[in-house]
This record gives sequence, C-alpha cells and structure tokens, in this order.
Amino acid sequence: MATDPIHQFQIAKWIPIEVGGVDLSFTNASAFMVATVAAASAFLFLSTSNRGLVPSRAQSVAEMAYEFIASMLRDSAGNHGMKFFPLVFSLFMFVFVANLLGLVPYFFTVTSQIIVTFALAMLVIGTVIVYGFMKHGLGFLKLFVPSGVPAVVVPLVVAIEIVSFLSRPISLSVRLFANMLAGHITLKVFAGFVTSLSALGAVGVAGSILPLIMTVAITGLEFLVAFLQAYVFAVLTCMYLNDAVHPGH
Amino acid sequence: MFVAPAFAQDAAQPAIGETHSETGIVEEGAHGGIFPPFDSSTYASQVLWLAITFGLFYLFLKRVVLPRIGGTLEVRHDRIASDLDQASRLKEEADAAVAAYEQELAEARRKSAAIAQEARDNAKAQAEADRRAITETLDAKLGEAETRIEEIKRIALADVDNIAEETAAEIVQQLTGNDVSKATVTAAVKAVSQ
Repeated sequence: MATDPIHQFQIAKWIPIEVGGVDLSFTNASAFMVATVAAASAFLFLSTSNRGLVPSRAQSVAEMAYEFIASMLRDSAGNHGMKFFPLVFSLFMFVFVANLLGLVPYFFTVTSQIIVTFALAMLVIGTVIVYGFMKHGLGFLKLFVPSGVPAVVVPLVVAIEIVSFLSRPISLSVRLFANMLAGHITLKVFAGFVTSLSALGAVGVAGSILPLIMTVAITGLEFLVAFLQAYVFAVLTCMYLNDAVHPGH
Repeated sequence: MFVAPAFAQDAAQPAIGETHSETGIVEEGAHGGIFPPFDSSTYASQVLWLAITFGLFYLFLKRVVLPRIGGTLEVRHDRIASDLDQASRLKEEADAAVAAYEQELAEARRKSAAIAQEARDNAKAQAEADRRAITETLDAKLGEAETRIEEIKRIALADVDNIAEETAAEIVQQLTGNDVSKATVTAAVKAVSQ
C-alpha cells in the first residue's frame, strides 16, 4: 500500500519511552522536529559566523529573514513589540523549515500534525494573554471593548470579540495544519496516479503524463505554500502580539 | 476488499478498525485506523518533543544567532553611516579646494590681464616716443634741406641775371657791333625779368 496518501502522516515509534503510563516515545515526528531545529540552527549559525561587512550569499539570506521578520513585527506591533522578536523569528523559521523539510520525499512533515500547530498557536495566544495581563492588568480586558461603540451594542460587540479571540488559536493552528495536510495528500494522490496508471501498459504510461505534470506543478505550488503559511503564521502572530502590547485598539 | 491480514489486525481493535478495513485503506500496523493527526495517543510525545526542540531552538536563536545578526547589521549600518559622513566631509573639502582654485585662477587671470595691459601701454608709449623722435629728426632734416634749396636757388637766380646780362651784351655786340655799357644791360635785363 505504498500509494496510501495517509501513510505519510503515520507516527512511528523509534525509541519507546513511557513515563507514568504516558507515551513519550521518540518518534519519527520527534526526529523531524530535531532535524528542523538542527537544520535551521546550523544554517543560521554557519551563515552568519563570518559576520562579514559585505555579506556572503547565505549570510544575506539569514539577514534578509531577520529584517523581514523584524520589519513585519515593527509594522504591526510597533517598537514595543520588538521584545517578542526572538519568539516570532523562531516561530517563522521553525514552521518554514519544517514545511520545507516535509517536501522532501519520504520525509515526515512536522506541521501536518494538528497537535503541533495547535501547540504553537497556544504558545502565541498564551504569550498574548500572559503578557497582556502582566503589562496592563485588568486593562487588558479593554481588548474586548472597542472604543467608540454605542453603549447599547456593547454587550453584543464584547460577545463577538470574545468569540473571535477564542477562535484565534483554532484558526491559526487549523490553517497551517490543513494546508500542509491537504497539499501532501494531493501530491501523494497525483503521484499515486502516475504509478498505478503506468502499470497498465503503453496506454497507461501515456495517460500518466498528465498526473505527472500535475505532480510537478503541485510540488512547485507546495514550495510557495510552505513559505506562505509560515509567513501567514508569523504575520498573525505579530497582529495578536500587537493586542498584548496595545490592547486599547 | 476484505483483506485477511488487515482484518486480523483490526479484530484486536474492533470498533474503529471495522469500517476502515472495508475500504481497504488501513495499512498493517497502523494505529487502529484512526486518521494519524487525530490520534491523541501520540499527542503527549509530540508536545513534549516540540517543547524540547522548539525551546532549545528559541534559546539558541535568542542567545546566539539573533544578537549576532543584529550586531552585524548594526555594525554595517554604522559603517555605512560613517562612510557617508566621511564622503560628505571629503566632498566639502574638495569643494573648498575647487573654490580656492577658482579664486586663485581668477586672481591670476586678473594679474595677467594687468601685466598685459601694462606691457601694451609701455610698448605704445615707446612706439609713440620713437615716432615722435623720428618725426623731429625728419622735420629738422627737411628744414635744413629747404634752406639749402633756397640758398642754391638764390645763387642760381643770381647767376641767371649775370648770364642774362653777359648774353644780352654779347648778343647786342654781335648784332650792332657796339659795346653796350654794363649798366644799361643790367637795367634792361632787370626790366625784362620783372
């Protein structure tokens, strides 16, 4: 069943670990988290080790990513938001590199697991809530009461604001998860067409050209999606952090 | 589509496995046919390892990488700013040098014009003086020559009277055979010539 499009999301235990009845095994997912972090760290570390005044190619890629995220955060959360820069940058790099690694055939996609994207989203929302209350106390709750709203509709608006706030971690995590999942399933299904059609002889080989072209095209699209979803995740993180920094709208 | 090994596998986990084995999707050794991302038995391990790896990643970036990139960018920024400063300072210096040069050039031009003018005036005065000297010399010589001509003329005219008298006396003697007194001849000649 090599063509099963769901198979690529299976978690396989590599080193079984169980603590108090809870399964904490080192799995292929864990291995690819380690690989993601190692690849991203190694690239960022090695490319910037020269500290060249005139950057090399790799160094300018790292600097571009730095300035890209920095300007994104500064634009949406202002200079006060820059204290979250390491968080946003690591989130972006982690999601981006995990997405890219997932595009390599036979590699596991860390971000195609809802629990991973949900944990990352909760990290963001948790940071927003904790920092918001630490910095503004109960004033943080002004986030749910937009200024300039007539008193009559305030209860309705507050209800809407609360629902929208609570749906943030869900939309943030499901967006990334669903994009990566759907992309990989589509890719696998079209690639599966190629193998199963070409097993049918000459006509099948001729017929498999179309899904082959589709597979190539979707692979290209998936590279775009890999970047785009990381970007969207980072942008939304910046906007949510802005709420923590400036809750009064 | 009823695959024997798959069914045997699913028999151990009846409730969920049953439906999936009929579609033939479930692979041997799969987690009882639950769609893997929704298999909550893997959540604890994934969250733990995510926390470990992402936590280390975050710390590594925050402590090592980001200060390094930020430092590099800042150094470059400062360097570019100082280079620009230096460039503008050098430009100012160059502008000042150009202005000084222009000024000296104008000065030199003015000086050279003055020198040329002076030389021209001197030459003109010299030429004028020479011309005047020569004219005077020529005038003197002219006067001298005129005087001499006057003298010669006067002598010549005096001689003419004598010759006329002698000739007249001779002619009269030849014609008449008589001597004529000198005084008569002189008077006659004088009367004719006047």
